[in-house]
Amino acid sequence: MVSTLTDHDRARTAAAAVTDPELPMLTLQDLGILRQVRIEQDGTVAVWITPTYSGCPALAEMRADVDRAVRAAGFEQVEVRTALSPAWSSDWITEQGRRKLAEHGISPPGQAPARPNGPVPLTLLPTRTVPCCPLCGSAETEELSRFGATSCKALHRCRSCLEPFEHVKEI
Amino acid sequence: MSGENIFTGMVEEHESDQRWAFGTGFTDALAGVDTTLPEGVDGGALAQYCQMLGDDALVQAQRLSQWVTDAPELEEEVALANIALDLIGQARLLLARAGQADGTGRDEDAFAYRRAAAQFRNVRLAAAPRGDFARAIVTLLALSSWRLALMSRLSRSRDPVLAAIAAKAVNELAYHREYAVSWALRLGDGTEYSHERMVEAVARVWPDTGELFATHPVEARMAELGVGVDPGSLSTEVHDVLAQVLGAATLETPTALPEPVLAGRSGDHGPELAPLVHQMQEVARAHPEATW
Repeated sequence: MVSTLTDHDRARTAAAAVTDPELPMLTLQDLGILRQVRIEQDGTVAVWITPTYSGCPALAEMRADVDRAVRAAGFEQVEVRTALSPAWSSDWITEQGRRKLAEHGISPPGQAPARPNGPVPLTLLPTRTVPCCPLCGSAETEELSRFGATSCKALHRCRSCLEPFEHVKEI
Repeated sequence: MSGENIFTGMVEEHESDQRWAFGTGFTDALAGVDTTLPEGVDGGALAQYCQMLGDDALVQAQRLSQWVTDAPELEEEVALANIALDLIGQARLLLARAGQADGTGRDEDAFAYRRAAAQFRNVRLAAAPRGDFARAIVTLLALSSWRLALMSRLSRSRDPVLAAIAAKAVNELAYHREYAVSWALRLGDGTEYSHERMVEAVARVWPDTGELFATHPVEARMAELGVGVDPGSLSTEVHDVLAQVLGAATLETPTALPEPVLAGRSGDHGPELAPLVHQMQEVARAHPEATW
Protein backbone atom coordinates (compact mmCIF):
# COMPACT_ATOMS: atom_id res chain seq x y z
CA MET A 1 0.00 0.00 0.00
CA VAL A 2 1.45 3.31 -1.08
CA SER A 3 0.29 5.17 1.96
CA THR A 4 2.09 2.87 4.45
CA LEU A 5 5.35 4.74 4.30
CA THR A 6 3.58 8.04 4.75
CA ASP A 7 1.58 6.68 7.68
CA HIS A 8 4.75 5.40 9.24
CA ASP A 9 6.43 8.77 8.80
CA ARG A 10 3.46 10.57 10.32
CA ALA A 11 3.35 8.22 13.31
CA ARG A 12 7.09 8.46 13.81
CA THR A 13 7.10 12.25 13.58
CA ALA A 14 4.30 12.46 16.16
CA ALA A 15 6.10 10.13 18.59
CA ALA A 16 9.49 11.76 18.03
CA ALA A 17 8.17 15.23 18.87
CA VAL A 18 6.95 14.25 22.36
CA THR A 19 9.00 16.02 24.99
CA ASP A 20 10.51 14.79 28.24
CA PRO A 21 8.43 16.04 31.20
CA GLU A 22 11.59 16.67 33.24
CA LEU A 23 13.67 18.16 30.42
CA PRO A 24 10.96 19.83 28.31
CA MET A 25 13.48 21.33 25.89
CA LEU A 26 14.30 17.80 24.67
CA THR A 27 12.19 15.54 22.50
CA LEU A 28 12.28 11.75 22.76
CA GLN A 29 14.22 11.84 19.49
CA ASP A 30 16.83 14.23 20.99
CA LEU A 31 17.19 11.96 24.04
CA GLY A 32 17.66 8.85 21.96
CA ILE A 33 14.96 6.94 23.81
CA LEU A 34 12.63 6.46 20.83
CA ARG A 35 13.87 3.11 19.53
CA GLN A 36 11.44 2.07 16.82
CA VAL A 37 8.07 2.83 15.27
CA ARG A 38 6.28 0.15 13.27
CA ILE A 39 2.82 -0.18 11.79
CA GLU A 40 1.53 -3.70 12.33
CA GLN A 41 -0.62 -5.62 9.81
CA ASP A 42 -3.80 -4.72 11.66
CA GLY A 43 -2.92 -1.02 11.59
CA THR A 44 -1.74 -0.78 15.20
CA VAL A 45 1.07 1.70 15.61
CA ALA A 46 3.74 0.08 17.80
CA VAL A 47 6.20 2.47 19.40
CA TRP A 48 9.24 1.22 21.35
CA ILE A 49 10.84 3.48 23.90
CA THR A 50 13.62 2.68 26.35
CA PRO A 51 14.03 3.95 29.92
CA THR A 52 17.05 6.14 30.67
CA TYR A 53 17.35 4.79 34.24
CA SER A 54 15.46 1.72 35.56
CA GLY A 55 13.56 3.87 38.04
CA CYS A 56 12.95 6.95 35.88
CA PRO A 57 9.47 8.09 36.95
CA ALA A 58 9.12 10.20 33.80
CA LEU A 59 8.83 7.06 31.68
CA ALA A 60 5.16 6.41 32.49
CA GLU A 61 4.33 10.00 31.64
CA MET A 62 6.25 9.76 28.36
CA ARG A 63 4.37 6.60 27.46
CA ALA A 64 1.06 8.36 28.06
CA ASP A 65 2.24 11.35 26.01
CA VAL A 66 3.37 9.16 23.09
CA ASP A 67 0.05 7.35 23.13
CA ARG A 68 -1.82 10.64 23.09
CA ALA A 69 0.39 12.23 20.38
CA VAL A 70 0.12 9.28 17.99
CA ARG A 71 -3.67 9.13 18.44
CA ALA A 72 -3.86 12.86 17.80
CA ALA A 73 -2.01 12.24 14.52
CA GLY A 74 -5.00 10.16 13.41
CA PHE A 75 -4.18 6.61 14.48
CA GLU A 76 -6.76 4.67 16.46
CA GLN A 77 -4.73 1.78 17.77
CA VAL A 78 -1.49 2.59 19.51
CA GLU A 79 0.77 0.40 21.65
CA VAL A 80 3.72 1.84 23.50
CA ARG A 81 6.21 -0.93 24.25
CA THR A 82 9.35 -1.06 26.36
CA ALA A 83 12.71 -1.81 24.73
CA LEU A 84 15.01 -3.04 27.52
CA SER A 85 18.04 -3.96 25.48
CA PRO A 86 20.49 -2.48 24.69
CA ALA A 87 20.50 -0.29 27.81
CA TRP A 88 20.17 3.43 27.14
CA SER A 89 23.42 5.38 27.01
CA SER A 90 23.89 9.14 27.34
CA ASP A 91 25.93 8.80 24.11
CA TRP A 92 22.56 8.46 22.35
CA ILE A 93 21.62 12.09 23.05
CA THR A 94 21.79 13.74 19.64
CA GLU A 95 23.95 16.75 18.73
CA GLN A 96 20.79 18.83 18.59
CA GLY A 97 19.84 17.56 22.06
CA ARG A 98 23.26 18.51 23.45
CA ARG A 99 23.00 21.98 21.96
CA LYS A 100 19.53 22.51 23.46
CA LEU A 101 20.71 21.35 26.90
CA ALA A 102 23.63 23.80 26.84
CA GLU A 103 21.32 26.61 25.68
CA HIS A 104 19.15 25.95 28.73
CA GLY A 105 22.06 26.05 31.15
CA ILE A 106 22.41 22.28 31.54
CA SER A 107 25.82 20.83 30.77
CA PRO A 108 25.58 17.98 28.25
CA PRO A 109 27.25 14.63 29.04
CA GLY A 110 30.76 13.70 27.96
CA GLN A 111 31.50 10.28 26.55
CA ALA A 112 30.01 7.39 28.51
CA PRO A 113 32.47 5.08 30.28
CA ALA A 114 33.44 1.94 28.39
CA ARG A 115 31.31 -1.06 29.33
CA PRO A 116 33.62 -3.91 30.24
CA ASN A 117 32.68 -7.46 29.42
CA GLY A 118 33.82 -8.64 32.85
CA PRO A 119 33.78 -7.00 36.29
CA VAL A 120 33.50 -3.22 36.46
CA PRO A 121 36.97 -2.04 37.57
CA LEU A 122 37.16 -0.29 40.93
CA THR A 123 38.46 3.27 40.87
CA LEU A 124 39.43 5.03 44.05
CA LEU A 125 39.96 8.44 42.45
CA PRO A 126 37.40 10.68 40.75
CA THR A 127 37.38 9.65 37.10
CA ARG A 128 34.25 11.23 35.68
CA THR A 129 34.74 14.12 33.30
CA VAL A 130 34.88 17.69 34.57
CA PRO A 131 32.29 19.63 32.54
CA CYS A 132 32.68 23.25 31.46
CA CYS A 133 30.24 25.76 32.92
CA PRO A 134 27.29 26.04 30.48
CA LEU A 135 26.73 29.64 31.60
CA CYS A 136 30.19 31.25 31.33
CA GLY A 137 32.23 28.51 29.64
CA SER A 138 34.83 28.25 32.37
CA ALA A 139 36.56 24.90 32.88
CA GLU A 140 36.97 25.68 36.59
CA THR A 141 34.01 23.72 37.91
CA GLU A 142 33.45 21.34 40.80
CA GLU A 143 31.02 18.54 41.52
CA LEU A 144 28.66 19.24 44.41
CA SER A 145 26.84 15.95 44.17
CA ARG A 146 26.93 13.12 41.71
CA PHE A 147 23.18 12.84 42.11
CA GLY A 148 20.82 15.69 41.25
CA ALA A 149 17.15 16.57 41.00
CA THR A 150 16.53 13.73 38.51
CA SER A 151 18.23 10.36 38.01
CA CYS A 152 20.06 11.54 34.91
CA LYS A 153 21.69 14.68 36.32
CA ALA A 154 24.50 15.59 38.72
CA LEU A 155 24.91 18.90 40.52
CA HIS A 156 27.96 21.10 39.81
CA ARG A 157 29.17 24.60 40.58
CA CYS A 158 31.29 26.97 38.54
CA ARG A 159 34.25 28.36 40.45
CA SER A 160 34.56 31.30 38.02
CA CYS A 161 31.01 32.69 37.85
CA LEU A 162 29.97 30.88 41.09
CA GLU A 163 26.68 29.72 39.57
CA PRO A 164 25.46 26.20 40.28
CA PHE A 165 24.46 24.15 37.25
CA GLU A 166 23.20 20.69 36.35
CA HIS A 167 25.17 18.18 34.31
CA VAL A 168 23.67 15.21 32.48
CA LYS A 169 25.60 12.19 33.76
CA GLU A 170 27.59 9.90 31.54
CA ILE A 171 26.07 6.43 31.58
CA MET B 1 -5.58 21.45 29.59
CA SER B 2 -7.67 24.53 30.13
CA GLY B 3 -5.76 27.70 30.83
CA GLU B 4 -8.28 29.12 33.31
CA ASN B 5 -6.61 27.81 36.41
CA ILE B 6 -4.55 24.83 37.37
CA PHE B 7 -7.39 23.12 39.21
CA THR B 8 -9.64 23.06 36.16
CA GLY B 9 -6.94 21.14 34.34
CA MET B 10 -6.69 18.61 37.12
CA VAL B 11 -10.35 17.64 37.09
CA GLU B 12 -10.86 17.58 33.31
CA GLU B 13 -11.86 14.27 31.76
CA HIS B 14 -9.11 12.56 29.82
CA GLU B 15 -9.66 9.87 27.27
CA SER B 16 -6.64 7.64 27.54
CA ASP B 17 -5.11 8.35 30.91
CA GLN B 18 -5.81 9.70 34.34
CA ARG B 19 -4.10 12.86 35.49
CA TRP B 20 -0.60 11.80 36.25
CA ALA B 21 -0.83 12.73 39.92
CA PHE B 22 -2.99 9.63 40.14
CA GLY B 23 -0.95 7.53 37.76
CA THR B 24 -0.80 7.33 34.01
CA GLY B 25 -2.60 4.06 33.55
CA PHE B 26 0.64 2.34 32.52
CA THR B 27 1.62 -0.10 35.21
CA ASP B 28 3.40 -2.98 33.48
CA ALA B 29 7.13 -2.32 33.62
CA LEU B 30 7.65 -5.07 31.01
CA ALA B 31 4.91 -3.96 28.56
CA GLY B 32 5.76 -5.12 25.07
CA VAL B 33 8.87 -7.05 26.13
CA ASP B 34 9.17 -10.60 24.78
CA THR B 35 8.83 -12.61 28.00
CA THR B 36 9.08 -16.12 26.54
CA LEU B 37 10.83 -18.45 29.01
CA PRO B 38 14.20 -19.82 27.91
CA GLU B 39 14.16 -23.51 27.00
CA GLY B 40 14.36 -25.95 29.89
CA VAL B 41 13.66 -23.33 32.54
CA ASP B 42 10.89 -23.85 35.06
CA GLY B 43 8.84 -20.67 35.35
CA GLY B 44 8.19 -21.18 39.05
CA ALA B 45 11.89 -21.42 39.92
CA LEU B 46 12.76 -18.46 37.69
CA ALA B 47 10.05 -16.44 39.44
CA GLN B 48 11.48 -17.30 42.87
CA TYR B 49 14.91 -16.23 41.67
CA CYS B 50 13.62 -12.91 40.28
CA GLN B 51 11.76 -12.34 43.53
CA MET B 52 14.97 -12.75 45.56
CA LEU B 53 16.86 -10.17 43.52
CA GLY B 54 13.81 -7.91 43.34
CA ASP B 55 13.24 -8.07 47.10
CA ASP B 56 16.90 -7.22 47.79
CA ALA B 57 16.46 -4.02 45.77
CA LEU B 58 13.00 -3.12 47.07
CA VAL B 59 13.87 -3.57 50.75
CA GLN B 60 17.22 -1.78 50.48
CA ALA B 61 15.48 1.10 48.68
CA GLN B 62 12.92 1.41 51.46
CA ARG B 63 15.68 1.53 54.08
CA LEU B 64 17.68 4.10 52.10
CA SER B 65 14.59 6.29 51.71
CA GLN B 66 14.56 6.78 55.48
CA TRP B 67 17.52 9.13 55.05
CA VAL B 68 15.35 11.64 53.23
CA THR B 69 15.03 14.70 55.51
CA ASP B 70 17.56 13.12 57.88
CA ALA B 71 20.95 12.97 56.12
CA PRO B 72 23.91 15.18 57.16
CA GLU B 73 23.55 17.33 54.01
CA LEU B 74 20.79 17.95 51.50
CA GLU B 75 23.08 16.64 48.73
CA GLU B 76 23.37 13.30 50.51
CA GLU B 77 19.60 13.00 50.87
CA VAL B 78 19.28 13.59 47.16
CA ALA B 79 22.01 11.04 46.43
CA LEU B 80 20.56 8.33 48.69
CA ALA B 81 17.05 8.95 47.33
CA ASN B 82 18.38 8.63 43.77
CA ILE B 83 20.11 5.37 44.61
CA ALA B 84 16.86 4.14 46.17
CA LEU B 85 14.97 5.16 43.03
CA ASP B 86 17.32 3.20 40.78
CA LEU B 87 16.84 0.16 43.03
CA ILE B 88 13.05 0.54 42.96
CA GLY B 89 13.28 0.59 39.17
CA GLN B 90 15.26 -2.63 39.20
CA ALA B 91 12.80 -4.16 41.69
CA ARG B 92 9.82 -3.24 39.50
CA LEU B 93 11.28 -5.00 36.49
CA LEU B 94 12.37 -8.07 38.46
CA LEU B 95 9.06 -8.44 40.33
CA ALA B 96 7.08 -7.94 37.12
CA ARG B 97 9.20 -10.74 35.60
CA ALA B 98 8.47 -12.91 38.66
CA GLY B 99 4.70 -12.47 38.44
CA GLN B 100 4.75 -13.19 34.73
CA ALA B 101 7.11 -16.21 34.93
CA ASP B 102 5.15 -18.07 37.63
CA GLY B 103 1.93 -17.71 35.68
CA THR B 104 0.06 -15.93 38.46
CA GLY B 105 0.11 -12.64 36.58
CA ARG B 106 0.74 -10.77 39.83
CA ASP B 107 1.89 -7.24 39.19
CA GLU B 108 4.59 -5.31 40.99
CA ASP B 109 2.08 -3.86 43.48
CA ALA B 110 0.93 -7.35 44.48
CA PHE B 111 4.52 -8.18 45.41
CA ALA B 112 5.35 -4.88 47.10
CA TYR B 113 2.13 -4.14 48.93
CA ARG B 114 0.24 -7.39 49.37
CA ARG B 115 2.77 -9.73 50.93
CA ALA B 116 3.60 -10.26 54.59
CA ALA B 117 7.19 -9.65 55.71
CA ALA B 118 7.73 -13.41 56.10
CA GLN B 119 7.13 -13.85 52.36
CA PHE B 120 10.01 -11.58 51.38
CA ARG B 121 13.20 -13.28 50.23
CA ASN B 122 15.76 -10.47 50.51
CA VAL B 123 19.14 -11.02 52.18
CA ARG B 124 19.08 -9.71 55.74
CA LEU B 125 21.67 -7.02 55.07
CA ALA B 126 19.20 -5.20 52.79
CA ALA B 127 16.94 -4.59 55.80
CA ALA B 128 19.74 -3.94 58.32
CA PRO B 129 19.00 -1.13 60.78
CA ARG B 130 19.74 2.32 59.46
CA GLY B 131 22.27 3.20 62.14
CA ASP B 132 24.46 6.27 61.70
CA PHE B 133 25.72 7.65 58.39
CA ALA B 134 28.96 5.62 58.67
CA ARG B 135 26.98 2.42 58.99
CA ALA B 136 24.77 3.39 56.06
CA ILE B 137 27.88 3.95 53.93
CA VAL B 138 29.51 0.63 54.89
CA THR B 139 26.22 -1.21 54.25
CA LEU B 140 25.86 0.51 50.88
CA LEU B 141 29.49 -0.26 50.03
CA ALA B 142 28.97 -3.97 50.75
CA LEU B 143 25.60 -4.25 49.01
CA SER B 144 26.51 -2.20 45.93
CA SER B 145 29.85 -4.00 45.43
CA TRP B 146 28.08 -7.35 45.72
CA ARG B 147 25.12 -6.45 43.53
CA LEU B 148 27.39 -4.91 40.90
CA ALA B 149 29.45 -8.10 40.69
CA LEU B 150 26.25 -10.16 40.55
CA MET B 151 24.50 -8.07 37.89
CA SER B 152 27.67 -7.87 35.83
CA ARG B 153 27.60 -11.69 35.51
CA LEU B 154 23.82 -11.83 35.20
CA SER B 155 24.03 -9.57 32.13
CA ARG B 156 25.20 -12.72 30.30
CA SER B 157 22.17 -14.75 31.48
CA ARG B 158 20.52 -17.17 29.07
CA ASP B 159 17.23 -15.40 29.90
CA PRO B 160 17.24 -12.32 27.67
CA VAL B 161 14.88 -10.44 30.03
CA LEU B 162 17.13 -10.96 33.05
CA ALA B 163 20.21 -10.17 30.94
CA ALA B 164 18.69 -6.85 29.83
CA ILE B 165 17.57 -5.87 33.34
CA ALA B 166 21.04 -6.71 34.67
CA ALA B 167 22.94 -4.85 31.93
CA LYS B 168 21.00 -1.72 32.78
CA ALA B 169 21.50 -2.24 36.52
CA VAL B 170 25.28 -2.50 36.09
CA ASN B 171 25.52 1.09 34.84
CA GLU B 172 23.47 2.33 37.80
CA LEU B 173 25.26 0.24 40.41
CA ALA B 174 28.65 1.50 39.23
CA TYR B 175 27.48 4.96 40.34
CA HIS B 176 26.17 3.60 43.66
CA ARG B 177 29.49 1.94 44.44
CA GLU B 178 31.43 5.07 43.47
CA TYR B 179 29.30 7.07 45.88
CA ALA B 180 29.86 4.61 48.75
CA VAL B 181 33.59 4.46 47.99
CA SER B 182 33.98 8.25 47.99
CA TRP B 183 32.34 8.51 51.43
CA ALA B 184 34.22 5.50 52.83
CA LEU B 185 37.50 7.20 51.88
CA ARG B 186 36.44 10.58 53.24
CA LEU B 187 35.20 9.23 56.57
CA GLY B 188 37.77 6.46 57.07
CA ASP B 189 40.71 8.68 56.21
CA GLY B 190 39.09 11.78 57.71
CA THR B 191 39.19 12.92 61.33
CA GLU B 192 39.98 10.69 64.27
CA TYR B 193 36.29 10.74 65.19
CA SER B 194 34.99 9.87 61.72
CA HIS B 195 37.60 7.09 61.54
CA GLU B 196 36.36 5.68 64.85
CA ARG B 197 32.75 5.69 63.67
CA MET B 198 33.80 3.87 60.49
CA VAL B 199 35.71 1.23 62.49
CA GLU B 200 32.53 0.61 64.50
CA ALA B 201 30.43 0.49 61.33
CA VAL B 202 32.67 -2.10 59.66
CA ALA B 203 32.57 -4.24 62.82
CA ARG B 204 28.76 -4.08 62.88
CA VAL B 205 28.12 -4.67 59.17
CA TRP B 206 30.75 -7.33 58.51
CA PRO B 207 28.98 -10.36 60.14
CA ASP B 208 25.86 -9.72 58.03
CA THR B 209 27.83 -9.90 54.76
CA GLY B 210 28.14 -13.68 55.11
CA GLU B 211 24.71 -14.33 53.64
CA LEU B 212 25.63 -12.45 50.45
CA PHE B 213 27.78 -15.44 49.49
CA ALA B 214 25.47 -18.22 50.68
CA THR B 215 23.84 -20.17 47.86
CA HIS B 216 20.12 -20.92 48.08
CA PRO B 217 18.98 -24.06 46.19
CA VAL B 218 17.02 -21.85 43.77
CA GLU B 219 20.14 -19.80 43.03
CA ALA B 220 22.16 -22.98 42.55
CA ARG B 221 19.55 -24.33 40.13
CA MET B 222 19.37 -21.10 38.14
CA ALA B 223 23.17 -20.90 37.95
CA GLU B 224 23.31 -24.49 36.70
CA LEU B 225 20.92 -23.60 33.89
CA GLY B 226 22.98 -20.57 32.86
CA VAL B 227 20.11 -18.29 33.89
CA GLY B 228 21.27 -17.09 37.32
CA VAL B 229 24.45 -16.45 39.26
CA ASP B 230 25.75 -18.57 42.16
CA PRO B 231 26.49 -15.92 44.81
CA GLY B 232 29.13 -18.20 46.33
CA SER B 233 31.22 -17.60 43.20
CA LEU B 234 31.31 -13.83 43.88
CA SER B 235 33.14 -14.01 47.20
CA THR B 236 36.74 -13.52 46.00
CA GLU B 237 35.88 -10.69 43.62
CA VAL B 238 33.77 -8.77 46.15
CA HIS B 239 36.15 -9.27 49.07
CA ASP B 240 38.99 -8.03 46.90
CA VAL B 241 37.04 -4.84 46.15
CA LEU B 242 36.12 -4.34 49.82
CA ALA B 243 39.72 -4.89 50.95
CA GLN B 244 41.00 -2.33 48.44
CA VAL B 245 38.48 0.29 49.53
CA LEU B 246 38.93 -0.29 53.26
CA GLY B 247 42.72 -0.27 52.83
CA ALA B 248 42.65 3.05 50.99
CA ALA B 249 40.33 4.38 53.70
CA THR B 250 42.95 3.38 56.36
CA LEU B 251 40.50 0.88 57.82
CA GLU B 252 41.35 -2.70 58.67
CA THR B 253 39.64 -5.43 56.71
CA PRO B 254 38.45 -8.15 59.10
CA THR B 255 40.56 -11.21 58.42
CA ALA B 256 37.88 -13.83 59.02
CA LEU B 257 35.22 -14.16 56.36
CA PRO B 258 31.80 -14.49 57.99
CA GLU B 259 30.02 -17.80 57.58
CA PRO B 260 27.90 -17.91 54.42
CA VAL B 261 24.62 -18.82 56.13
CA LEU B 262 21.21 -18.42 54.51
CA ALA B 263 18.80 -16.31 56.53
CA GLY B 264 16.54 -13.77 54.79
CA ARG B 265 16.84 -15.72 51.52
CA SER B 266 14.99 -18.59 53.20
CA GLY B 267 12.46 -16.30 54.88
CA ASP B 268 14.35 -16.21 58.19
CA HIS B 269 14.39 -12.46 58.75
CA GLY B 270 15.57 -10.42 61.70
CA PRO B 271 13.20 -8.23 63.70
CA GLU B 272 13.98 -5.25 61.40
CA LEU B 273 12.07 -6.38 58.34
CA ALA B 274 8.46 -6.40 59.59
CA PRO B 275 8.35 -2.71 60.66
CA LEU B 276 10.11 -1.72 57.43
CA VAL B 277 7.59 -3.60 55.28
CA HIS B 278 4.75 -2.19 57.38
CA GLN B 279 5.99 1.34 56.68
CA MET B 280 6.24 0.62 52.95
CA GLN B 281 2.71 -0.83 52.77
CA GLU B 282 0.90 1.51 55.13
CA VAL B 283 -0.61 3.87 52.56
CA ALA B 284 -1.42 1.13 50.06
CA ARG B 285 -3.23 -0.88 52.74
CA ALA B 286 -5.15 2.14 54.01
CA HIS B 287 -6.38 2.92 50.48
CA PRO B 288 -6.77 -0.45 48.77
CA GLU B 289 -9.00 0.97 46.01
CA ALA B 290 -6.64 3.75 44.99
CA THR B 291 -4.77 3.71 41.70
CA TRP B 292 -1.33 5.21 41.64
